[in-house]
Amino acid sequence: MSRITYREAIRQSIREAIQRDSRVFLMGEDVGAYGGCFAVSKGLLEEFGPERIRDTPLSESAFVGAGIGAAMGGMRPIVEIMTVNFSLLALDQILNTAATYLHMSGGQFNIPLVIRMATGAGRQLAAQHAHSLEGWYAHIPGIKVLVPATLEDARGMLLTALEDPDPVLIFEHTSLYNMEGDLADNAGPVEIQRARVMRPGRDATIVTYGASLFKAIEAANKLAADGIECEVVDLRALRLLDTDTLINSVKRTHRALIVDEGWRSGSISAEISARIMENAFYDLDTPVDRICSAEVPMPYAKHLEYAALPQIETIVGKIRTMAGKAA
Amino acid sequence: MKEEAPSLPRRLERQSAVGLLRQMLRIRRFEEKSAELYSAMKIRGFLHLYIGEEAVAAGMMSALTPDDGVVSTYREHGHALARGVPARRIMAEMFGKMEGCSRGRGGSMHLFDAATRFYGGNAIVGGGLPIAVGLGLADKMQRRPRVTCCLFGEGAVAEGEFHESMNLAVLWRLPVLFVCENNLYAMGTALSRSESVTDIARKAAAYGMESQSVDGMDVLAVEAIASVAVATIRETSNPRFLEFKTYRFRAHSMFDPELYRTKAEVEQWKKRDPIVLLTSKLLQESLITNTDVEVLEKEIAAEIDDAVQFAEAGTWEPVEELTRFVHTEQQLT
Repeated sequence: MSRITYREAIRQSIREAIQRDSRVFLMGEDVGAYGGCFAVSKGLLEEFGPERIRDTPLSESAFVGAGIGAAMGGMRPIVEIMTVNFSLLALDQILNTAATYLHMSGGQFNIPLVIRMATGAGRQLAAQHAHSLEGWYAHIPGIKVLVPATLEDARGMLLTALEDPDPVLIFEHTSLYNMEGDLADNAGPVEIQRARVMRPGRDATIVTYGASLFKAIEAANKLAADGIECEVVDLRALRLLDTDTLINSVKRTHRALIVDEGWRSGSISAEISARIMENAFYDLDTPVDRICSAEVPMPYAKHLEYAALPQIETIVGKIRTMAGKAA
Repeated sequence: MKEEAPSLPRRLERQSAVGLLRQMLRIRRFEEKSAELYSAMKIRGFLHLYIGEEAVAAGMMSALTPDDGVVSTYREHGHALARGVPARRIMAEMFGKMEGCSRGRGGSMHLFDAATRFYGGNAIVGGGLPIAVGLGLADKMQRRPRVTCCLFGEGAVAEGEFHESMNLAVLWRLPVLFVCENNLYAMGTALSRSESVTDIARKAAAYGMESQSVDGMDVLAVEAIASVAVATIRETSNPRFLEFKTYRFRAHSMFDPELYRTKAEVEQWKKRDPIVLLTSKLLQESLITNTDVEVLEKEIAAEIDDAVQFAEAGTWEPVEELTRFVHTEQQLT
């Protein structure tokens, strides 16, 4: 065990991947000389040189497309996009190429590409740096969408993604980079097929992912003091979504609350709600409920940003209502 | 950045010239048959014919080796044929049959073939350029002496991906040959109505790329210049840019009433039909006879008949297989 941050866990896995596989390289804006916008790749340029830690121009579409081409050419690129908002400049390549080529070519051309990007709000970065669009990407067949919340997943999911023959997108919540904890020194690849029950409980299931996971756990701890035991499920992957784990949990607790930093309308939370309805309708004691971000572009002012996001007290309040124990 | 044109071969070599003529004729007859089969409703979706532009595919592909890669557009039947994708498999693809080169999943705009390193068939204008950059990057990082040939129309020049890719290819010195087929119209929009600077080669030159503009109706010029470019890229690992000035004789697609250009303009360009130009040159220099041309035509007709029969006889993929090829199969659990 070592004391480590989320940021360092990702850096370790990039380092390990580059060391053990000559096909792996990292490219993106400011990943080299600057050390990464969120300092994830700090020091790697000095360690591996500019071939393997490749600074790119501000050309999201071209360097994501180049990652796709390099992947088809036998490399294992890790492409870093600074934030999810900037990834929209590369959406053409992600959707029209990365997600489609295997299918359009009748199975001939797979694309073993990993794209990492920062997502989420909470740092007063306003409406062009802080949205949570991972749920959008989860709409697209042909890619996988991973949302590591724990240190183990921060380190392991990148390694797992690099073993995948197809495109994998990894969303790293900006508020998690400084999170510190203990991680086994030999922590390696993790499976990505299963959601994880992070806290067992009998009264309600809170389904969440990313940074909201920790708000949900804290809310659950507060509720436990009142005798309400919540089960907290970390989705870990938004595509492919592990419906079984969710449904099994809801069948035990008979109540479900989804906590998602994405907007509510047409969202991954809506998808999860629908799946619970489709698979566990008669097991529910109360309607499925959701806490999402307010439907506004993310505001800058601290109090407004706070109000726009799911918070511990809103989770606590909602669960109390669902459990019939409103304060 | 323009350079001296390489000296064209003084003496035509019969074998290679006839080879180019054969390729162009194959493409022309294949496309004519495709139009017919579209009307007969055997081929559906969008169909973009290459008629008039055959010299570019024939000359360009003849300059590449089997190890090189090709990234193409939605007007790619000619590129695929000249690259060596079997006519049978292209036709079966357009019929939507499982024996097609993309298993019927792609259609006319998405021909793919791993065996000839033919990377599609991309219907997003400009979308292929970054992919070619990446293929070049992989070759460079793995020290392979390959060239990636990236074809696109002049319409792509207006896309941001064109400019981003030009910059990246030069910045990283990647072995990519960018080939612009300038047929003067992006669908129905004339170059002069969409570009502030219509000299396309200058745009590539602005990024520090060696670039050249070439008569795309003269297959011998295309092949000669393409060969020099490919050899230079292989030697230096620097990208290059070729603009081939050409013209599409048919409509943009089967849904195009051609309101944006005059019949007189089309007729004017047809006088420079690349097949007619080469045929008359070869006849004039007594390198072929009319009988040779007839024999070629017969062989090609037989190949195309065979392709159509193959496509007709092909099978429809069972609907149970609909959701295959979304993820690579061996590692799915």
